[in-house]
Amino acid sequence: MSITVKDVEHVANLARLALTEAEKEQFTGQLNAILKYADKLNELNTDGIEPTSHVRPMVNVMREDKVAESLSIEKVLLNAPDEEDGQIKVPAVLE
Amino acid sequence: MSLFDLRLSEVHNRLQHKDLSVSELVDASFRRIEGTDDRIGAFLTLNEEAARAEARKLDESGSAERGLLHGLPVGVKDNMVTEGLRTTCASKFLANYNPIYDGTAVAKLREAESVIIGKLNMDEFAMGGSNENSAFKVTRNPWDLTRVPGGSSGGSAAAVAAGQVYYALGSDTGGSIRQPAAYCGVVGLKPTYGLVSRFGLVAFASSLDQIGPITKNVEDAAFALQAIAGHDSRDSTSANVDIPDYASALTGDVKGLRIGVPKEYLGAGIDPEVKSRVMEALKQFEALGAVWEEVSLPHTDYAIATYYLLASSEASSNLARFDGVRYGVRASDPDNLIDLYRRSRSEGFGAEVKRRIMLGTYALSSGYYDAYYKKAQQVRTLIKQDFDQAFEKYDILVGPTAPTTAFPIGEQVGDPLTMYLNDICTIPVSLAGVPAISVPCGFADGMPVGLQIIGKPFDEATVLRAAHAYEGSTEHHKARAEL
Amino acid sequence: MSILAPYETVVGLEVHVELHTKSKIFCGCSTSFGAPPNTHTCPVCLGHPGVLPVLNRQAVEYAMKAAMAINCEIAEWCKFDRKNYFYPDSPKAYQISQYDQPIGSNGWIDIEVNGKTKRIGITRLHLEEDAGKLTHTGGGLGSLVDFNRVGTPLVEIVSEPDIRSPEEAKAYLEKLRAIMLYCDVSDVKMEEGSMRCDANISLRPHGQEKFGIRAELKNMNSFRGVQRGLEYEQIRQAEILDGGGEVVQETRRWDEAQAKTFSMRGKEEAHDYRYFPDPDLVRLHIDKEWQERVRATIPELPDARQARYAEQYGLPSYDAGVLTSSMKLADFFEESLKYTSDAKASANWIMGDLLGYLNANGLELDQAKVTGQGLGEMIGLIEKGTISSKIAKAVFKTMIETGKAPQAIVEEQGLVQISDEGAILAIVDKVIAANPQSVEDFRGGKDKAIGFLVGQIMKETKGKANPGLVNKMLMDRLRS
Repeated sequence: MSITVKDVEHVANLARLALTEAEKEQFTGQLNAILKYADKLNELNTDGIEPTSHVRPMVNVMREDKVAESLSIEKVLLNAPDEEDGQIKVPAVLE
Repeated sequence: MSLFDLRLSEVHNRLQHKDLSVSELVDASFRRIEGTDDRIGAFLTLNEEAARAEARKLDESGSAERGLLHGLPVGVKDNMVTEGLRTTCASKFLANYNPIYDGTAVAKLREAESVIIGKLNMDEFAMGGSNENSAFKVTRNPWDLTRVPGGSSGGSAAAVAAGQVYYALGSDTGGSIRQPAAYCGVVGLKPTYGLVSRFGLVAFASSLDQIGPITKNVEDAAFALQAIAGHDSRDSTSANVDIPDYASALTGDVKGLRIGVPKEYLGAGIDPEVKSRVMEALKQFEALGAVWEEVSLPHTDYAIATYYLLASSEASSNLARFDGVRYGVRASDPDNLIDLYRRSRSEGFGAEVKRRIMLGTYALSSGYYDAYYKKAQQVRTLIKQDFDQAFEKYDILVGPTAPTTAFPIGEQVGDPLTMYLNDICTIPVSLAGVPAISVPCGFADGMPVGLQIIGKPFDEATVLRAAHAYEGSTEHHKARAEL
Repeated sequence: MSILAPYETVVGLEVHVELHTKSKIFCGCSTSFGAPPNTHTCPVCLGHPGVLPVLNRQAVEYAMKAAMAINCEIAEWCKFDRKNYFYPDSPKAYQISQYDQPIGSNGWIDIEVNGKTKRIGITRLHLEEDAGKLTHTGGGLGSLVDFNRVGTPLVEIVSEPDIRSPEEAKAYLEKLRAIMLYCDVSDVKMEEGSMRCDANISLRPHGQEKFGIRAELKNMNSFRGVQRGLEYEQIRQAEILDGGGEVVQETRRWDEAQAKTFSMRGKEEAHDYRYFPDPDLVRLHIDKEWQERVRATIPELPDARQARYAEQYGLPSYDAGVLTSSMKLADFFEESLKYTSDAKASANWIMGDLLGYLNANGLELDQAKVTGQGLGEMIGLIEKGTISSKIAKAVFKTMIETGKAPQAIVEEQGLVQISDEGAILAIVDKVIAANPQSVEDFRGGKDKAIGFLVGQIMKETKGKANPGLVNKMLMDRLRS
């Protein structure tokens, strides 16, 4: 598989990144090199091999349903780039 | 001899006997930083006012029962959140981020009454092996200021090597504690995945990230690990295991210890000088009564590809929260919501971060998941099995931490794949989730070489015992960079 | 002929139900409704750097319970996945959900429409976290985000495309709501958003096997809204098909005020959620023992209860259906039967006077003060002849409004029925003496006159005279 500038644009959109034309070119080349390198995994037959998503097998880690204290509104908004009436403000979301 | 050349236990005794005050120690730390950090560039943020106040408070409280880490100046990698102390992950995105809580490891440092001196430079979001990916500054290797300190915990290793702090916390995803420790001639321990809580560690690759200590000797590493290890109910992947007394494992005795030496770690690409240091270390182990032989970890060659697919995929999701809505950079005057996302993220992230987000997003995207992400997870299983099998026969595995010593600043920029290949000896260990330490084992062309000692899951005690016995039989760890 | 006649409507519903745990699914913040914006938040649910989720056990057990109640198989192993998408109400820019291993699958519920029972398949039930709430500022320049709701546990219940009409869709939702209430896992209030419904709807010519092109409907905020939205949409699609056109596969928004659906095209893009297992959460292993422990907490469900009422009390199926439509009502009914054996009478009072009163006043059962015990005792008073059925109507209304015991109301207001023959006879004689004309009319063959005389007697006794005795004694006197 070889990826094109168009693929890079699609992926950048999914990842919400705005890339310059130069970045698109650069990433196309670099991602192709990395993915070509990654193709070596296909040398291995992994039929029937369980995928590892957690390296230490653990199950059923849960907490009890208890209410803990929430933050003060000052802390909630401490890092907010824009706020109004105790809420985070963003550009209009169209419905 | 500087105060920072003393063993942790010696400093502790001086504090205990009031031959030394915490304020003096903290003052020494800031004076050293003042005198050296314009050349080293280890710190992103200093916590001077609060640290001095904390020192005075500790001196005044004068409690008789002081913990071992009481009063010790500590540096924290800037990807661990510290309430009220700017935490940037060396990213423009978080240049002004003021955390609203303390991570667990940081809280444990505070409980142990160590004094947080400041936040240490790193590769942006821990992505990199040279600190060159920091958005803010270059960190230089104390042994040669034209060379990198390694990464991503380069600031942590450099600060300890330069005697700026007593010890430091780093984080390791694919070698980010061990490799800079090796490059800077200090001790760096990556614990078993799950031993130290990740709560408050800004996630890079959640299934791989681990916090660990960087110190000047193995005993100090044992003390520091003791303080931060243990189950945390806020981290679902935190292991609920008994934590042994690590210091008491440091017996100096390795007689009969069975050592496997992965032949793949000594193969093509390794610097001959580095290989010689490792072989000398193995002779040293022999002299101490341990036995070693070569072992094969057959899937080593697939580890880097596996790692970059998995870590980048997880990172693409972990870093999605940096969207400019609740904190961090927000692009000015966005046209609309999507423009806000795109521009905030593009302005806030550096090239390597964008590259990995792109790779990870691609690997998870529709139609490619099975070919890349799932395949890599399956290969991870095979790599883990390599270690399981080796540990049936050996107590520890020993090899180099990195195939070369620290490289010149700028040499590998723009060549991500070559940079990735530096991690060949550390990445498989991270994928297997097992503990490993890097200890100094001499020099190659004047630069420090690290010896990696790898252990069974949750058997940090044996790793530390072997490292400590080796260290005690050599003088390597006493060498100091001249600044 | 209806425009719909040539077509069969095919509907599948995706229903989200908020589970009423005390704390959120992955952190300790409260889930209570109506707090000031962002006051039920913490670093975890705000998605700050470095935070990690820890799963709420109660949320898992409520989800298991809900899944079992709709006859799903419970997964022995399941996991949580990240669904990645950017939106301001989603702080991590991914939602923790379940992708390929839902907690429940292959279930069904039975619904009743026009007296016929029909089984609707349920594809899956999975557990996930809710998002925050967006509101729009004046002038449409910005939106405000309140994260209080973020992290409220939700189950998403996806039906098979087995529903064939808007009425069936409504019946399905009502049944689902009743089951969730019986299980006590949710408040299931569509108005408060604790139950939400999206619908997929398509039309196909009768006899055609292949499904037509579907539209997805959103923003239907009530059962009636779902029904009306689907009714509108099936006509819209039929008109397109009749005109030889093709329905566009898209998401459409139901506008309640305009009673129309509108395309959301252009405001959405093709989604690629990049699901992958969340490395921050470990797997769930639901063994038989855990399953059984949760199963034991499920009460008798509406269908079983309906069948039992028909069997045990001989109630018509319709009555049993009404009584079991909500667990509170069914419990009320059963409570009354501890105090009377006349189940049909109890059912009639509940379905007539009680539900009539509640509907007329827009109330819920628990807002009425009457108890099942009160109703049972009141029926007992009728059976004993202490009060007449007519008086009982007034007594029952007082009970609903005040919660007083029927005996107390009867005594306070002096409503005890007069069944003393001597007392009634005296009044009968008094009325006969006072109304000679009516007596004459009756004896002359005008049967109607009797009604007037009875009325006069009841007036004299303020309605308390035992009507049976009054009739009998009056007739005796007039015929003697």
